[in-house]
Amino acid sequence: MTTDAVPATATGTLTHRRLPRYAPAVTLALSAAVGAGLSAAVGFSVPAFVVGALLAYMATITIAAGVVEGRRKAVDRLVTSLVYAAFGIALVPLISVVWSVLANGLPRFGAEFLTTSLRNVTGLHDQQAAEGLAPYIGGAYHAVLGTFLITALATLISVPVGLLASIYLVEYGRGRLARAITFFVDVMTGIPSIVAGLFAAALFGVLFGVGTRNGFAGAVALSVLMIPVVVRSSEEMLRIVPNELREAAYALGIPKWRAVVRVVLPTAISGIASGITLAIARVVGETAPLIVTAGFTSSINNNPFADWMMSLPAYVYSQAMRPLSGSTPEPSLDRAWAAALTLVIIVMALNLVARLVARLFAPKNSR
Amino acid sequence: MPAHANRIDVGDLNVYYGSFKAVEDVSMVIEPGSVTAFIGPSGCGKSTFIRTLNRMHEVVPGARVEGKVLLDGEDLYGADVDPVVVRRQIGMVFQRPNPFPTMSIRDNVLAGIKLNGARIRRSESDEIVEQSLRGANLWTEVKDRLDKPGSGLSGGQQQRLCIARAIAVQPDVLLMDEPCSALDPISTLAIEDLISELKKNYTIVIVTHNMQQASRVSDRTAFFNIEGTGKPGRLVEMDDTAKIFTNPSVQATEDYVSGRFG
Amino acid sequence: MTITTTDVQTPPNASSTPAKNRAGDRNFSWATRGAGMLILVVLAGVAAFLLLESLPALSADPADIEGGEGFFAYVWPLVFGTLAAALIALIVATPLALGIALFISHYAPRRLSQGLGYVVDLLAAIPSVVYGLWGIQWLAPNVRGAWQWLADHLGFVPLFTGPASATGRTLMTAGLVLAVMILPIITAIAREVFLQTPALHQEAALALGATRWEMIRMTVLPFGRPGLISGVMLGLGRALGETMAVAMVLSTGGFTWSMVTSGNSTIAAEIALDFPESAGLKTNTLIAAGLVLFVITLAVNMAARRVVTRRQAFSGAN
Repeated sequence: MTTDAVPATATGTLTHRRLPRYAPAVTLALSAAVGAGLSAAVGFSVPAFVVGALLAYMATITIAAGVVEGRRKAVDRLVTSLVYAAFGIALVPLISVVWSVLANGLPRFGAEFLTTSLRNVTGLHDQQAAEGLAPYIGGAYHAVLGTFLITALATLISVPVGLLASIYLVEYGRGRLARAITFFVDVMTGIPSIVAGLFAAALFGVLFGVGTRNGFAGAVALSVLMIPVVVRSSEEMLRIVPNELREAAYALGIPKWRAVVRVVLPTAISGIASGITLAIARVVGETAPLIVTAGFTSSINNNPFADWMMSLPAYVYSQAMRPLSGSTPEPSLDRAWAAALTLVIIVMALNLVARLVARLFAPKNSR
Repeated sequence: MPAHANRIDVGDLNVYYGSFKAVEDVSMVIEPGSVTAFIGPSGCGKSTFIRTLNRMHEVVPGARVEGKVLLDGEDLYGADVDPVVVRRQIGMVFQRPNPFPTMSIRDNVLAGIKLNGARIRRSESDEIVEQSLRGANLWTEVKDRLDKPGSGLSGGQQQRLCIARAIAVQPDVLLMDEPCSALDPISTLAIEDLISELKKNYTIVIVTHNMQQASRVSDRTAFFNIEGTGKPGRLVEMDDTAKIFTNPSVQATEDYVSGRFG
Repeated sequence: MTITTTDVQTPPNASSTPAKNRAGDRNFSWATRGAGMLILVVLAGVAAFLLLESLPALSADPADIEGGEGFFAYVWPLVFGTLAAALIALIVATPLALGIALFISHYAPRRLSQGLGYVVDLLAAIPSVVYGLWGIQWLAPNVRGAWQWLADHLGFVPLFTGPASATGRTLMTAGLVLAVMILPIITAIAREVFLQTPALHQEAALALGATRWEMIRMTVLPFGRPGLISGVMLGLGRALGETMAVAMVLSTGGFTWSMVTSGNSTIAAEIALDFPESAGLKTNTLIAAGLVLFVITLAVNMAARRVVTRRQAFSGAN
């Protein structure tokens, strides 16, 4: 009877040669050195350094792994480094954008900026301020007000229509109409924002005369963008409500519409509110539709139904592209960044509120 | 003895989902003040059938019945009959407890009344709440926390809350579709005790897959069966509970209650 | 436990409400149906008004249109620019999005995944006009050197012929900004899809002795393919319609093959830049261009939805 059916091998059948655990770190350090050397040759730029180091790392680790661990493991290590690199690259624009907004926006940001408008502010003021002869003036109050009014109007239009339509899709719709609505809501989510603006501009042009520009037209354009978002998210929230709750209500002899309004809606309301808040956050930053409907102005306008109305995104756009003073654009750019900061703060605050609402107001499950 | 008769007469009832016949030719009489149990293997149509007794099957699109269901002589499927009204007179308790999560215990009990837009004085509503919760054997356990959410109770308590909610609208008949299958044995016992008290005031029909429960709780038992997949369910035998479980007339019934299948 | 025996009364108001209930039910269901139909009307309205206001431009004498050679000659360079910018954005964003999504779903420590997801979603929340500002002020000056290098060393390729733009505000730069903007969209969808790969399949691959990459290649990527395609097409739709990033970053001009000089324009940017001051036939021309853009994005979005529905039958979830 022979023993030892297991063939004897030099290294054993379960162990493999492996790169030491510190190999990636060492390779990283080496690659950094190589990258520095490469970028010195091209002229000392950070991107060249990073790219050089990255390429050096990937090449080195892959070859080393290929020699020591085998081809399959080498490919695995290469992919791992690619994936990490992808994530790192994605962080660059994010950090850069956030940093730019903060660094460039904070100087002019503040109470004075938020409470004054651009009325009677000219390039001359900017030039004098740049030379230190006069204080920096000009703010974005009219833009903040405009954004608030236009967005509020758009919400007023979109939420009832969107909510009722989603209730139809979930609670009532069974046939062709429901399928058509679902399909076209999908289509609507893809409308480019400029096209929505053109539609509102064209509509108001036909109804009230060519060249009509007011805040209400802007609100209509934003509604076209908002309604599909409200429908989709409300629909999802309503579908999550368990059917048993509906059945319990019907079994009590409650008519359908009351069951929907008094049982289903309250159960889904926190999710719906959160979805609406996110929809608001999305349209608050839309520029293109407002450029072609509400237009630009430097003065405060309280009335969304008449005259041009400034909004924060349009403010950023106009200050950046058409500085008040051609020779000294910096003050205008500073104002643009400050307005951008304001806009980002508003959007982030809305996102935060949406998450809080979803979490805090969900139907309570605790004792 | 209940104040008036609430007797159910079912005549040649067939239940269809679209063109598929789910239940075939059921005729039965349910006496007032009794507890009737429906038993049978899964998929035999007993749940489908019980839902036709309060027209709950109609929430599924394409579901319809042929035949008659009479409550004290009045056909539930008559031309002018509003299903919503039917459901106020015939209440239902479901398999999984489903108190409304956004409402307190108090509001859950009153849901059937208040959600219909009826306005009642606070004193009256307090009385109804206490009466219903006592009727469901839940009053002593929750009387100090009526304003807490209904979802904060244990499974057995939630089911009793659903029963309280159902009896608060004072139906004639109470339908129970496997009310204990999601509960632990102790809560199940509590509900079975409750059923024997409720029958003093209500006619009760209970679907159960637990034969021991049927024999404990019911006066009459109906055995449903299905010949094969794709075939409709049928009522095989209906008789006094004692007889069904000791000396049934049909062989299939005998096989089922002795555990040879199902 | 005593139970008060009461007379079985009818519940309050039971008999008085049937007619009212029916009315309530009817009114409510009509209100919801009306809202649904309003949406259809609005969409039809968008199409109708665009057509209405475009017709003058489409049927006018070619000499009257901007450029003097008719609508088609006016719009095709814009279409080219739109497609080129979107293509650049897709080429840059898709592999990055794939990598990031894989990183979050399979490489990063579990506890970090949710936080990392939030971080990527942050990118999506930033308004486009802020990206435009960032593009002008930070990105363009910083990539200028790279485009210069491309023009110097690869200038024989028509795409890179110099002279490179001095400000860096080229179609390539605009494409990069677009890439940053559509990155979170594609990443979010890809991440969702990767996380949903059945653990069953992944474990089966690992049990066969696959490395992490091999498991991903065998199970995660095939399972996620329809979702990925749909995500990429949604990103494409977004890139095609994006206005502000291009309008602000690109130094617009006429058609040119080169991506490293100024010049070229997209439909959306052109409309944004010219519409406020336009009048008469010029307005109609711009609206007609908008209609062209609408049709293109519609086609892309519908194709994206069809890809998802058609492949659902073959998805690994079955």
